Amino acid sequence: MNSLPLLECTDVRKAFPKPDGEELLVLEGMNLELREGQIVGLLGRSGSGKSTLLRLIAGLAEPSAGRVRYLGETVSGPARGIAMVFQSFALFPWLTVFENVALGLEAQNLPRAEIRKRSLAAIDLIGLDGFESAYPRELSGGMRQRVGFARALVVHPNILLMDEPFSALDVLTAETLRTDFLDLWAEGRMPIKGVILVTHNIEEAVLMCDRILVFGSNPGRILSEIKVTLPQPRNRLDPSFREMVERIYVEMTARPKAGGRHERFPGLGIGSVLPHVGSNLISGLMEAVAAPPFNGKADLPEIASNLQMESDELFPVAETLQMLRFAELEGGDLKLTDDGMAFAHADIDERKRIFMRHLLAYIPLATHIRRVLDERASHSARKSRFIDELEDFMSEEDAEQTLRSVIRWARYGEAFAYDDENAMFSLENPT
Amino acid sequence: MNRFEPYVFLRGLASRWDVLAFIVVIGLIAFLGETARGLFAPLTQLEVLPLSLSPSHLPEYAARTTFRMLVALLCSLVFTLTYATWAAKSERAGRLLVPILDILQSVPILGFISITSVFFLSLAPGRVLGAEFAAIFAIFTSQAWNMAFSFYQSLRTIPTELIEAAESFRLSPWMKFWQLEVPFGMPALVWNMMLSMSGGWFFVVASESISVGHSSVALPGVGSYIALAIEQKNLAAIGWAILTMLIVILLYDQLLFRPLVAWVDRFRVEQEPGERVPDSWALTMMRRSRLIKAATLAFDAAVLWTSRLGRRTDAPVVDSPPRPKRSLDVLWVSLIVVAVVLGTWHIVAGLIANTSVSEALHVCGLACITMVRVFILITLASVVWVPIGIWVGMRPRAAEIVQPIAQFMAAFPANLLFPLAVYGIVVWKLNPDIFLSPLMILGTQWYILFNIIAGASTIPAEMRYAASNFGVTGWLWWRRVALPAVLPFYVTGAITASGGSWNAAQVSELVSWGHTEIRARGLGSYIADAAAANNFHQIVLGVGVMSLFVVVINRVFWRPLYYYAERKYRLT
Repeated sequence: MNSLPLLECTDVRKAFPKPDGEELLVLEGMNLELREGQIVGLLGRSGSGKSTLLRLIAGLAEPSAGRVRYLGETVSGPARGIAMVFQSFALFPWLTVFENVALGLEAQNLPRAEIRKRSLAAIDLIGLDGFESAYPRELSGGMRQRVGFARALVVHPNILLMDEPFSALDVLTAETLRTDFLDLWAEGRMPIKGVILVTHNIEEAVLMCDRILVFGSNPGRILSEIKVTLPQPRNRLDPSFREMVERIYVEMTARPKAGGRHERFPGLGIGSVLPHVGSNLISGLMEAVAAPPFNGKADLPEIASNLQMESDELFPVAETLQMLRFAELEGGDLKLTDDGMAFAHADIDERKRIFMRHLLAYIPLATHIRRVLDERASHSARKSRFIDELEDFMSEEDAEQTLRSVIRWARYGEAFAYDDENAMFSLENPT
Repeated sequence: MNRFEPYVFLRGLASRWDVLAFIVVIGLIAFLGETARGLFAPLTQLEVLPLSLSPSHLPEYAARTTFRMLVALLCSLVFTLTYATWAAKSERAGRLLVPILDILQSVPILGFISITSVFFLSLAPGRVLGAEFAAIFAIFTSQAWNMAFSFYQSLRTIPTELIEAAESFRLSPWMKFWQLEVPFGMPALVWNMMLSMSGGWFFVVASESISVGHSSVALPGVGSYIALAIEQKNLAAIGWAILTMLIVILLYDQLLFRPLVAWVDRFRVEQEPGERVPDSWALTMMRRSRLIKAATLAFDAAVLWTSRLGRRTDAPVVDSPPRPKRSLDVLWVSLIVVAVVLGTWHIVAGLIANTSVSEALHVCGLACITMVRVFILITLASVVWVPIGIWVGMRPRAAEIVQPIAQFMAAFPANLLFPLAVYGIVVWKLNPDIFLSPLMILGTQWYILFNIIAGASTIPAEMRYAASNFGVTGWLWWRRVALPAVLPFYVTGAITASGGSWNAAQVSELVSWGHTEIRARGLGSYIADAAAANNFHQIVLGVGVMSLFVVVINRVFWRPLYYYAERKYRLT
């Protein structure tokens, strides 16, 4: 621990200006250290700022406060020695595999012969030989991401940044790529010294990383750091592996203690961003939890694999249930409330009644809209009115999404109607 | 926006159908002109309407001009819905109709205004109505082809599932047309209507004031106003006309196309909820107005009524394999043969008999001069606008401001600005061969700019990050990232710009200021001269050669480039 860390983030903060002059805080109090020989995972849900942090590290964006240091030097602009692998591969479709890989070296003005030698070596290393003259569109997703890896490795970076590199691939291909990557890493055949992996997949993080930083959202911050000491290669079925996955699930569903009366039901103001979750998913999850073998209480990792959902897809639904007080989230478990159980066993009309009651009681925004509509003689109101209100608390996109969510739920519960053409809320349904 | 991809369904360089189509089109034009020539006599005593240069008349003139545009747009719409549907539904017809459309698109129709005017005037001799028809027809020819193309393409790409759904509900063909086919083609059609409109303003200005033989017909409108202003060397009046046109185009955009684009958004099949929905204050106003609501309800009722009328197919619709109808085939083929024979005959009789080989060679030489001019100007415009367009396109804020301006500039009839340039050339005694040339591209360069902006703004963020992460900067960045990414868009813009420039050559190579005439050597001034002298054979020869040049250049240069760019550089 005496040597200089490869990378060091101290008190990094990132905020974006909003149109109204205020700022939107995305990341706060980020402290991170990457040392030689480590794979560090940044684990969190979408919107937790982990990709933003990765871009700050890569020098693609500037932190609003704090410092990112690479080998002791402050990063300002893209640094040589830090290479990135992208979620969407980000290959140039008009360049062949070889040209894509060689591009980073061309940018360094190396002699042609060396570019050729090193590119071919990288292509060879990553298992792409034979594909040199192919265009990206001729390759499968897995092969494309291999090009992404070769392109990053060819510049001999010290640090490899990976932004959800496997999430656009199918399960089988992703696993093959992970294993290949870990083999090369273990054998020390890649020129890299440290890796930062952004992911929302808990198992992937446990499988690949030495340290996992769990991110919380709004604003993005590190909730906890978990050391993974299991020996490589790791086995997903190993009980200690499962236990670690379980522990992280608990970590990610735990809420910071608000100190209020609603310990289990976090207080929601009108300014909370509502997740983009449809009524079918809501009732689907409740049905699944109510049914055997869960009978009203389900372990999150278990029900995720049971429903073939990724944690990133499951969390917002579970959270919505919690918001609507159809369920409690605690210690990695999802437990239906009495009303939740009643909902799961009710018929369509009864479900709508229960849903409307909960919607108007526990989603302040829905309550607010309904009250405005009730109070007005016309029983109608412009959408822009509520958007303006929401934008005091959140970004423009979040306000749009939040309103869309509440409209979906209100339509399902028949709490109020919305006419998209005129952008008007009203009490009666149109004929 | 859906980009209109002109040639997707027309692979290959040129089929025999293209040759046929070319002959038919040129033959038809020659036929039209010749018919009209015979009826030329009674037109000499055409009444000339007094025009006034007082700006107080401009609102009225602007209204007349706008009305002409609207009528032409309606005609184009009717043409589109019939012609394109026919071409799409009947394989047999489509084989000839589509190449005809393609050729028509390339024919620089501006040179024919005087011929078509004579034809239409002869239909209603001595009346203003004939001249009105002629002007509307000229605008129509600038709009209809590309609208029909877009609709044809939409009809050919309706998802099979939607067609099957319509059939399984046993919609009558009439209902299917209005409930499925028209709505499906709507977004692309509206977009092309907007583009067509841009071209139309140019034509309306050029076609309102026509000289036929020794007399001239001036329809009340902005175009005639400016012609008179040129004749009287009145710079102030030209300023007023430009101002009026700016306002008219702005109003058209706000009151017609913004609402249309916003309204048409509902017909998009692929709905991504996150995407920004186009907005229009005028549409919002119309939707909130009770009066208009009542009107649309009445319209809906009418549509429903026609649907009921059409719905007589109570017999089960069984998809029986279409039997080849021999008689129809024979009829169709003989129709084509007759058209070809007639077309060839007219060209041969009309041209070869009356033109010497040296004349033809002379015209080809002039065409080469104009071609060089077009290419140099496209290159110059590209050198200027490509980097600027990329720069703007990569910055969403800047693009939001510049894009509408570029589209507006494309719509603005550049011929209104010609007098200013001519004035400069006269005053400073500049070389017209060089200094008249930029006028050709004055109105069309904007197509390059706004296509580039659109292209640059589609470069995905991750790709830009990747370039910057690997230190790709400077010339390498332009060569490997930016230029390839916008190439497909550039080619689309350049095709439009080049076609427009050929057309503009006919009014920009020969311009006047008062009684001073300035000309640049080229095919454009040749046609303009021929039109002024009412020399029918020279007009047909000139326009025929120009069409040939445009078609050949499209086939051997732009189209291969377009495919190449699409295949290799299109971001998916």
